[in-house]
This record gives sequence, C-alpha cells and structure tokens, in this order.
Amino acid sequence: MCGGSTEPDTTPEEPALRPEVLPAGPDAVVVRFSLKPQAAAISAAQAFAADLTARPPEGAGEIVPALVSVRVGFDPRLTARSVLVDALERRASAIVAAPVVLPRPRRRWTIPVAFGGAAGPQLAEVAAMTGLTEAAAAAQIAATDLRVLAIGFAPGQAYIGLMTPAWDIPRMTALTPSVPAGSVVVALRQIVMFGAASPTGWRQVARAAFRSFLPERAEPMPLRAGDAIRYVAAPEDEIARLDSALDGLGGARLEMLR
Amino acid sequence: MSLMIERADGLMTVQDMGRPGHLSQGLPRGGAMDRLALIEAAALLGLAAPQAAVEMAGAGGVFAVSAPTRVALTGAPMRATLDGAPAGWHRTHLLVPGRRLVIGGADAGVYGYLTPAGSIESQPWLDSRSAHLTIGIGAALTAGDRLPLGADPSPDLPARAIAVEDRFAGGTLRLCVGPQTALFDPASRSAFAETPFRRAHRGNRQGVRLDADARFTTPHAAGLASDVIGPGDIQMTGDGVPYVLLAECQTMGGYPRIGTVIADDLPRAAQAPPGAALRFRFLDEGASDALYRNDADRLADARRRCHDLIRDPKTMPDLLAYTLIGGVTRGDELDGG
Repeated sequence: MCGGSTEPDTTPEEPALRPEVLPAGPDAVVVRFSLKPQAAAISAAQAFAADLTARPPEGAGEIVPALVSVRVGFDPRLTARSVLVDALERRASAIVAAPVVLPRPRRRWTIPVAFGGAAGPQLAEVAAMTGLTEAAAAAQIAATDLRVLAIGFAPGQAYIGLMTPAWDIPRMTALTPSVPAGSVVVALRQIVMFGAASPTGWRQVARAAFRSFLPERAEPMPLRAGDAIRYVAAPEDEIARLDSALDGLGGARLEMLR
Repeated sequence: MSLMIERADGLMTVQDMGRPGHLSQGLPRGGAMDRLALIEAAALLGLAAPQAAVEMAGAGGVFAVSAPTRVALTGAPMRATLDGAPAGWHRTHLLVPGRRLVIGGADAGVYGYLTPAGSIESQPWLDSRSAHLTIGIGAALTAGDRLPLGADPSPDLPARAIAVEDRFAGGTLRLCVGPQTALFDPASRSAFAETPFRRAHRGNRQGVRLDADARFTTPHAAGLASDVIGPGDIQMTGDGVPYVLLAECQTMGGYPRIGTVIADDLPRAAQAPPGAALRFRFLDEGASDALYRNDADRLADARRRCHDLIRDPKTMPDLLAYTLIGGVTRGDELDGG
C-alpha cells in the first residue's frame, strides 16, 4: 500500500528552502522542508531532527524524523499548539538561514558487507551508471560519511545517505521479486539495508549479515536516525559466517562518539 | 489459570492498546483495531486501564476457563451462547470451569473482543501483548491454545452492560486536516467529501480500500518525498483510489494523504464491514482540536454508559443454587446478577 517516489530534484539551482509547520491532527505537527526529496531539504531535516532530539522544545512528545520532514507529537492537555508551532518555526528558520552543517554524530556503526558477486549482483551495473569501476564504486560507498536519514517502511529499516550526486541513479522500472535480508541496495543517492527479504526497485550492490530488525534481540531495532554508518568490505564467506551469529549484528561494531 | 481455545473460527489474536513510542524506529503502535472496544471492556470489568483481549475478526470460536472469571464481550456484536443459552453482547458474563462460551459470526461490524477480567498474561514484547503478524510478533490463536490468565480479582461482581452507539455499519467519518491536505485543490476536497464510498472487500489490519467510481489525485503526487503516516490517514494510491490506514499501517509512506480520520471515528472505520457505506466530513483545525479526547476521557465516558444487569429468574439456569428464602442472602443478588 505504500510507495510513491523519492526522486530527488537534481536541478543545480535548488529553490531556497522554506520550512512549513503543518497540522497533523490535534496532537501533532509536521515540519516540512520541501515536498520533494531534494538534497538540501534532506540535510536540513537531518540537522533539524538532531537539534530537536538534543534539545526537545517544551511540550514536545515523540519526535519522528522522515526524509525531508520531522513529525513532532504533543499532548494538547499540556501544551498549546500555538506555543509549539512558534518554537518550531523559529528553530526551523534558524536551520535554513545558514549553510546546513550536520552535527557530529553521537554514535557510529561499522558494518561489514560483501560487495559484488552473489552478494551484490548489480554492483557492475551501478558502477557503470556512476562512471566508476566496481572496485571504485565499492570503495566510494565505504569511504562516504553516511548517516541514517530515517527509519521506516519496516521496523528498523534504515534509509542511509547521502552519496554524491553521481549516485543519483533512478530506481529500476521492474522490481526484483526478492532480495535477501541484509541486502544493501542503492538509488537516488541513498542506501537501504533490508531487515527482511523484500521485493525492491533499487539495485543490490552488497550484502551484510547485520539484521536491522530482530524481535528477540535485547534491542530489536538497533539503528537510530542520525547514527553514522561506515561500511567495511569483507569477503562473502565472512558474511556467510557472520550470518549465523545469534545477535544478528553481523559483526557490526557500535562506537559512542560523544 | 487459563483461557482454553477449543475451536477457532475467525482470525483470532491477542491485542491490547499496542506499543506507542517507536515510530522513529519504523514500528507502528499496532494494537486493537477497535480501541474503544477495549476501553468499553475495561469500564465493564471495573479495570483501571484497558488490558489485553482476544480480538476476533469476523467470527470467534469456542472458549473455556480453568477457574471462574468474568469476561467482557465488546466490539462487533457476535452470536454467542453460554452453555447453549444466548449470551448477550456489550456486557459481562461469568465463565466457570466446565461451561463453554461459543462465539459465532458477527451480526454487524468486523472485530469482536473477549476480555477476561484477570488479564491475559501472555509474554509481552516491547511492553505490549499485541500480536503483529506481518512482522512475526505473536501468532493467530488456534484450537488447543491455552492463554495464561491472572485471577479475576472479583468474580462475584454483578454482571454489567454498556450502552453503545452503533459503530458497526459504516456511516460518516470526520476528517482532520493533515500536512498534505492542502496539496489537494478545494474542488478535489469537496468532491471527496461529497462522494459516497463503500468499504471494499480488500482490507486487513494495515488498512482498507474505499470503493467509488471517482478518483482523487493531486499534481503533487509524483515525486513526493515519503513522510510519517499513521492510523486514520486517507492515502491516495497511484491511481487515485483511497485507502484508510488502520492500526498496523507502516510508519512511512509516499502516497499523498487528503486528511486523517479523527481518533474517535477510527473504531467506526475499522468496524465497517465489506460493502458498508462510508462518507467523509472535513473538520477545520479549530473544530478537530476542540473535539480532542484522550483514552482517559474515553474510559470515563464509557464508565458512565455502564449499568448493572437485573437478572430475570426465568433465565437463571442455576436458580437452585441461590438461597432465595431464609435470610441468608443480602437480598440484592437478583438485582445484581
């Protein structure tokens, strides 16, 4: 039932961001930086969500980052909508008034992945589309300062980005009927790491033994929006070996940075 | 003690008020499709807060208990018998070992609820006992299952019934303004509010499709960034067919949403059976804010709608068990049942 598109606006002159604070029922508001997933709005929403999470406005409840927007819940019995809206308008305007600088991440995951081959059957195609060799494409993914942009569509499933504009590759017109759990797929300058086997229109370049959702684990959904992600290349047989680790973390390492 | 499932006819799962607070990790609240039915059960049973129930989609099954316990039957009215005698809906019953509660098909609505007074003590996950089958949490109940139950703190309390507004046959759903309502032009919004829909046969715990000849689109639909979605949102799929999102909808979606069914009307949306007529009425922001109620308000209201049942001796199968003469009774058992 869900879908729609996440085509980024690739025009070189993106319009100036104009954040809007919009109603979302009697107990929430949405702060939206753009309608389409243009890169500047994605960065602004990331910075804004990090700012709200670090210093929640008075009266704010659940804070939910999405790609270019942030949903902020509130209890109408405790907080007047107008007070929260004013605070959010002020803080969103401050975010877009200056060049967006992402805050230093609080946490960083280092996640082993096998690139190419059976673990990444479309790496060659993606490399051709980005004008790189397979090895260079894999190296770019591993070298990019990636962050979890948002989590959704399935529990724990992270949307990760942003790759450089060269990675603004469209989704496929036909779906791959099923990629296995842990598949790392790319499109639109973003990376998705599937928590479970899934159909997808994105291209699979790698596979991790990391399971972003495991109900019986102490932390069923370990990733948080804003987490830094660093992929490290590992041989396919190493990933196959890590698949059997009971914690489902696939050899991933979590560092607290501040 | 336990609740024994001797037969399962409908799709039955354990559901409570769900697991709020995990939207940022992609986990929807889930929980009962008709949350008001759990609130009404709590009011009937004198509970401080709603607790877990057996949610029965379409039909129930055959139930027995290993120790006396009161149960509340709420939500979609289903044909029920207790030891062969008709057992009314929207009320409590006392179940005792050796007697069978048989719950058949729904007379109206979709989701019926059986709530034991002593609480279902199945294993919680993230502080909720709600099954969420699409992500592998819990399982559908089948014949032979035994659900652990806490003891009913007061099985001797009189049977109670609750007055319930009919929310089981469709009707008008009120919509509040959402972040994407303005992406639809005023003509589309009026057309939407004027269109009679039918609840489609296609539907599940994630949402139901609405059937009509009309289609509702916005020029902004193409390329819209995904954002946070939730129960009550009316989402227009690519071909302009609306879906009402329900308890287990995903947390993010990229289809445009014309508005959101207010929380107080969501039970009516969830209980509309396939083919039921549904219409929509937009509220402006001030009106939906003014109508806001939380679950504590709803529970207080449900308590005001409860009353003790006066037992009719003609329908008391265990009449001989009562001491009717002799000054032993308090004299009020027949009033309280």
